[in-house]
Amino acid sequence: MALAARISRPFVPRLFSRSFAAAAQPQTFAIYRYDPDQQAKPFLQEYNIDLKSCGPMILDALIKIKDEVDTTLTFRRSCREGICGSCAMNINGKNGLACLLYIEPSSKPIEIQPLPHTYVVKDLVPDLTNFYNQYKSIEPWLKRKDVKAKDDKEYFQSREDRAKLDGMYECILCACCMTSCPSYWWNPEYYLGPAVLMQAYRWIADSRDQFTEERLAWVNDTMKLYRCHGIMNCTNCCPKGLDPAKAIVHLKEQVAETYTDAWKSMMTEEIVKNKGRESGMMYM
Amino acid sequence: MLSRLTRPAANAAARLAKSVRKVSTTQIGGYEVFDHSYDAVVIGAGGAGLRAAAGLVGHGLKTACITKVFPTRSHTVAAQGGINGALANMTEDDWRWHAYDTVKGADWLGDQDAIQHMCRLAPEVILELESFGLPFSRTPEGKIYQRAFGGQSLKFGKGGQAYRCAAAADRTGHAILHTLYGMALKFDCLFFVEYFAMDLIMSSHCSASEGVKRRVVAASRRTSGDDGKCLGCVAMCMEDGSIHRFGAHSTIIATGGFGRAYQSCTSAHTCTGDGSAMASRAGLPMQDLEFVQFHPTGIFPAGCLLTEGCRGEGGILRNSEGEPFMARYAPTAKDLASRDVVSRAMTLEIREGRGVGPNKDHIFLHLDHLPPETLAERLPGISETAKIFAGVDVTKEPAPVLPTVHYNMGGIPTNWKTQVVKDAEDTIVPGLFAAGEAGCASVHGANRLGANSLLDLVVFGRQAADTTAELVKPNSPPVVLPKNAGEASIARMDKMRHCSGPIPTAVLRRELQVTMQKYAPVYRNADDLAKGKEAVVEVMKKFKDVGVSDRTMIWNTDLIETLELENLINQAAQEMYAAEARKESRGAHAHENFPDRDDENWMKHTLSWLDKPHVEDAKVVLKYRRVIDQPLDKEMHHVPPAKRVY
Repeated sequence: MALAARISRPFVPRLFSRSFAAAAQPQTFAIYRYDPDQQAKPFLQEYNIDLKSCGPMILDALIKIKDEVDTTLTFRRSCREGICGSCAMNINGKNGLACLLYIEPSSKPIEIQPLPHTYVVKDLVPDLTNFYNQYKSIEPWLKRKDVKAKDDKEYFQSREDRAKLDGMYECILCACCMTSCPSYWWNPEYYLGPAVLMQAYRWIADSRDQFTEERLAWVNDTMKLYRCHGIMNCTNCCPKGLDPAKAIVHLKEQVAETYTDAWKSMMTEEIVKNKGRESGMMYM
Repeated sequence: MLSRLTRPAANAAARLAKSVRKVSTTQIGGYEVFDHSYDAVVIGAGGAGLRAAAGLVGHGLKTACITKVFPTRSHTVAAQGGINGALANMTEDDWRWHAYDTVKGADWLGDQDAIQHMCRLAPEVILELESFGLPFSRTPEGKIYQRAFGGQSLKFGKGGQAYRCAAAADRTGHAILHTLYGMALKFDCLFFVEYFAMDLIMSSHCSASEGVKRRVVAASRRTSGDDGKCLGCVAMCMEDGSIHRFGAHSTIIATGGFGRAYQSCTSAHTCTGDGSAMASRAGLPMQDLEFVQFHPTGIFPAGCLLTEGCRGEGGILRNSEGEPFMARYAPTAKDLASRDVVSRAMTLEIREGRGVGPNKDHIFLHLDHLPPETLAERLPGISETAKIFAGVDVTKEPAPVLPTVHYNMGGIPTNWKTQVVKDAEDTIVPGLFAAGEAGCASVHGANRLGANSLLDLVVFGRQAADTTAELVKPNSPPVVLPKNAGEASIARMDKMRHCSGPIPTAVLRRELQVTMQKYAPVYRNADDLAKGKEAVVEVMKKFKDVGVSDRTMIWNTDLIETLELENLINQAAQEMYAAEARKESRGAHAHENFPDRDDENWMKHTLSWLDKPHVEDAKVVLKYRRVIDQPLDKEMHHVPPAKRVY
């Protein structure tokens, strides 16, 4: 019995014949397909697989479909243990990592779509260039004003100060939170988004960093920071259990506490210095 | 010796030159090909690749970093335990003790000059990483926290357990990779993301009939005049299918290992030995591929990694009788013995019927006796992983574990300066370097100590950049690529894209994985290895019957996975042959018919070649190369071979 492909596509014979014996546990997946060669309207293609011969995670199902049913199905994946962030996608309406989400057997098809409101390159592969550029723009490295002497060891950081970074340094840049945020949907070019703002705060909260005020001034902008309205989709879907919304609250608090009018000239100086700075991303 | 990483002087003209993309195009084999020219090209953007790229830019060299995944998706991100270095933050420590441990851990197959170089530089590179913002865990004094790790001792093995593994909870690899990515961003490195590198461009592939000529193996018989220089590489952009030739005075391969040749591995799907296979297709040898590390504690059955740091923080392995059996196999180090020792112990326990679970086929890792606060602070990541993949709350129950393929000690042979060598006489291949897991310097010899790999990446990534800077001047005149460079690769890619054989890629890949798992596991024997050779040859031949269904040029993962499969077969075949030939047990290569180490006959590196570039036509050829047993200089004494007991 051929696997059900419920829309009219030319039938391509497969090497595997799947027989649905009594012990099988069939599950339908409705997966977003977009072919950049055809550039036709995207559609949901249904695939039916037997969960008994499939691993427990959504990613296992996707790999099984790709290996055994339709090798043209395209998606990003790498570590399969939830640390690389490649397989971020929208499953049954919620963003998450396919490798960390269990398949919940259901009579209704499990819907798998790419991350919302992104340019889709093909099938489940979104273009995240803007996100990566925004991450670069907050300068995610330690910035010091002094120079280390030759025999100096590590910068001192107390355990309490180090603990302030917990819940932020673990971010894997999967973009689940970014693409779940309605503000980011409407203003991706200007609003930095939860992940980038949380990383901005990660460096502000790092006791070893000496450019705290400059970093605060950099994000203090009506579009960059204040498009956040506390919608909370970000914290709700973070697959690593992090809390970008809370980081943004702390960020806004610290901005309000620290603000001085000198920030205006500090910002102008930064923008002038950064002119012509390439993002470093290459794409043809 | 190694230069400190400093930002190149702000030079507006230099920046402008870099940002104007001068690309020329040409037509090869029906495909439009874009040509780029750089001082240096790095293939791979994991720990070693990023450190090399940042280092090169720091030296003022025009650099491109080609990677098939976004840099922070590289498998370095999944490393957990830590990075070794004699910082002496927890106890007194000395890098020579670390070097001794590494030489012993490698079962005396490591090159002592490279080991000295790595261990001596360890404290400096760790402090450099910290100065870029790496959020190491801290001691009460605010210094970098260091934990106990496998095979690490004080006073040349006589002073008890060493605490020299600098850690960021149990997410050190994640912290290192993200810090290195930040470093690369700071240095404005140019990345070609989701470009799949297909082959190296070598100068001896100059003639018009390059597509037809095959590279003859017998590197040691090569006549002078053909310097076999590396001129760059050819890659395919996944986003639009365009082909790109990168001409460079220095090409650095940092593409990682090939764990996916096995059915069960901690490796990512992307660990397919691409750079190593590229070098192999260019007629270069691989070294010591038979040494594959089985990490003792991969979650059963998922295969996800539970760091050695679990045992470093006090975790204990127990069999079905509840016995902490490592005390019998390694009386001194117990659970923190070298990884190959622990994996073998676990395998024996299961063989002798003391495995746990309904099928008695795995072992329990107990962390439930540790204070929950320790687990929350030092091992939060694996607590989560165990919960998700094994359904276990490690504060209350043991986690099911099994030795799982984790690392390749072997790779592209290089000297301690990361220059690739192509024969037993250490003849250097000009313009080609290898660093990280893809390289074999060899610091890990027959077995790698935990937390030495992250160190290997940063030290040798940096060294590759520094060696390049010695040899290549910034803004050098562009490399002249032969007109038909890359023709063979493009023809091969085109052939694979249109192939319609009966065997789907996934099926042949599965067959390879089952073959390797069955015939070259933790314990190997003559029978299995002989059968394994035959089976792997079968897989090699079957590659000509592979079928690809997706014909597009855009994000054709079917094609990419097929090219990756060829790379896996390339490496796995050499591994199987090398394993069958080595008639001794050393480090991770445990041969049941030859249970002892044989220094008289076998203290040598294996060099393996494929005699033709394409796996379906090729045979494996083996030669040997001496181990460098003398250190670089007088700062360290030579470590003479001894019986390896933990």
